[in-house]
Amino acid sequence: MNATAGPRAAILSRVRAALGVRADEASRLAAVEDRLKRHPRGTIPARALVERGTLLQSFETMLTDQGASVTHAATPEDAVRAIADDLRAHDLPLCLRLGDDAVLAALPWEAVAVERRFGPAQSDDRAALSRAITAAAETGTLFLVSGADNPTTLAFLPESHTILVGAGDIAGCYEEGFDRLRAIYGEGALPRTVNLISGPSRTADIEQTIVRGAHGPKRLHVVILG
Amino acid sequence: MSGASPESFKGNAARALADAQLQRALLNVKSGFIVKRAKARAKLPEFDRLRDDARAIKDHTLAHLDLYLEAYERKVVESGGHVHFAPSAADARDIVLRLCREANARIATKGKSMVSEEIGLDAHLEAAGIEVVETDLGEHILQIRGDRPSHIIAPVIHLNKEEIAEDFFRAHAALPRGRTLDTVQDLVSEARAVLREKFLAADVGITGANFLVAETGSSIIVTNEGNGDLTETLPATHIVVTSIEKIVPTLEDACTMLRLLARSATGQEITTYTSFATGPARDGDPDGPRAYHVVLLDNGRSDMLGGDFHEMLRCIRCGACLNHCPVYGAIGGHAYGSVYPGPMGAVLTPALVGIDHARDLPNASSFCGRCEEVCPMAIPLPALMRKWRERDFDRGDPPLTQRAALGIWAFAARRPRLYHALAGTLMPLLARLAGPKGRLRTLPFTAAWTATRDLPAPEGQTFHALYRQRSGER
Repeated sequence: MNATAGPRAAILSRVRAALGVRADEASRLAAVEDRLKRHPRGTIPARALVERGTLLQSFETMLTDQGASVTHAATPEDAVRAIADDLRAHDLPLCLRLGDDAVLAALPWEAVAVERRFGPAQSDDRAALSRAITAAAETGTLFLVSGADNPTTLAFLPESHTILVGAGDIAGCYEEGFDRLRAIYGEGALPRTVNLISGPSRTADIEQTIVRGAHGPKRLHVVILG
Repeated sequence: MSGASPESFKGNAARALADAQLQRALLNVKSGFIVKRAKARAKLPEFDRLRDDARAIKDHTLAHLDLYLEAYERKVVESGGHVHFAPSAADARDIVLRLCREANARIATKGKSMVSEEIGLDAHLEAAGIEVVETDLGEHILQIRGDRPSHIIAPVIHLNKEEIAEDFFRAHAALPRGRTLDTVQDLVSEARAVLREKFLAADVGITGANFLVAETGSSIIVTNEGNGDLTETLPATHIVVTSIEKIVPTLEDACTMLRLLARSATGQEITTYTSFATGPARDGDPDGPRAYHVVLLDNGRSDMLGGDFHEMLRCIRCGACLNHCPVYGAIGGHAYGSVYPGPMGAVLTPALVGIDHARDLPNASSFCGRCEEVCPMAIPLPALMRKWRERDFDRGDPPLTQRAALGIWAFAARRPRLYHALAGTLMPLLARLAGPKGRLRTLPFTAAWTATRDLPAPEGQTFHALYRQRSGER
């Protein structure tokens, strides 16, 4: 091994020597390029391929089993009322931290007396609202992406987190969720952070006893709109 | 116990078996993980097919590891991050320290990372004057105890809540003495409050990675607490400390792995948080780190490629083999004296530290095969342990007693008449010695074995006698 070649070259040459390969073998390069380009799917669980009604039902059941609460909102006004009612029911101030998300901005906030504060979460914020860009019903999993629309800290700092998701944005499997992200951000690219969230924060580190609210939110409230 | 090394395995194991507190804590492994995993597996009929898929993904990735490392690195750089290659543990420690210094770090928060345990990162940073704060609840408990993890996903499985409460009273000295810490909830709430201040004050956040995605240059962490996310979101610098075999080609491949990981580990459908981090904050991002670094550790892994222990590189560190291992269940993780205990550790540790320093570990197995059965990556752990045993034997210096015993057995085994005569005499003798319970408490020359176990006495006749009898009956 060439000691002057640097650690990167050292590791790559060790890997190639161990595998008995060279860096320029066309068939290997083609195999890698092809897989990255086609990104073929593996086995998709049948539970993610069921008809729409069953799929939405299982999305909700999964989330509930994992400790989240779920509310259905037929209209945008129902959604803001559900959010306000939830804050009241849990003795939280009628104050929400949220980002610049256009869907959230367009909700009829005048119907409820909830103060909105914009920007990333601050340490004294008690409740935050985010919008999921998509979701996967197979395990009740919401996809949040970073950015000014839905700052990542909203999902982790406050003790109560509400996520709004459009019923039409709920997909079956994770792969469909990532395909939706590819359609927005392009092939081979992701926003800085994609958080897959499937319930409130929890820990079972001590004696395998499950306790909610370890470091992240103690509560997760999911509002399905539409 | 936390200072134990793999070289003192036998003594460690004996102490673990005599430790009543530890034995009580270990019951939680059996009652928790095993049942939960079985339920999760039963709820997903595709589990075995996913296991086949996952194995194929890992085999393909390892066969093209050089190219996927290069592809992954290109994507990280494209997204504004940096990749640092670390051939050895010392290289990795030095790189992380240098990055911390460049960030003028006083406080570094950490998510749970087995690779950072492997390279002894915390002590290295602390020696350089950086305050290192473990934020995973289990790791926080270990840090204030000066203890080491005893399980790769449940680091304090060896402790009871009363012991942890004592540690909290001692370590969180600024809090009122008279407070109650009777329940697990009390302990979790206190840790949340204490660590929250550290999250907000940290200059650097260090996490591991469960997977790296070549397609996008992303690092994936899975957590339930959310500590990993606060660690990689709040500080100005995020450093990922991980190893070269964590790469998967695509997001689809990551999805297949994720379907197996949580179910095999904790029996969850999925962990609460599964987070994909790709580079530093982008233009317009109101939060997130301004610098993103990945330290890729080799530390013996490239030597495993293409050789006898190649398949061990498929391991995704779920811990299922620990949970289902009767040896791990009897002695816990510390006795192994390595950050990687149980069956996966019995194969991996000798590869990382050398078989000379870990020769007892591949022998710490009853070869019952449950580890291989539950492994989501279908790693033939017993066969790999056997390969280490063979290598150790071939080195030519097995202990005198072992050589003598094998010599006597081999002498007899090559002389069938002598063998049958001996077996025919010894079997009834052992059975008589054992008495009605059929168990021998002690036996000459086997004290080390019978000190902690009873030897079941042979029942009935020898195989050959039985065979002759049955052949006659047909």
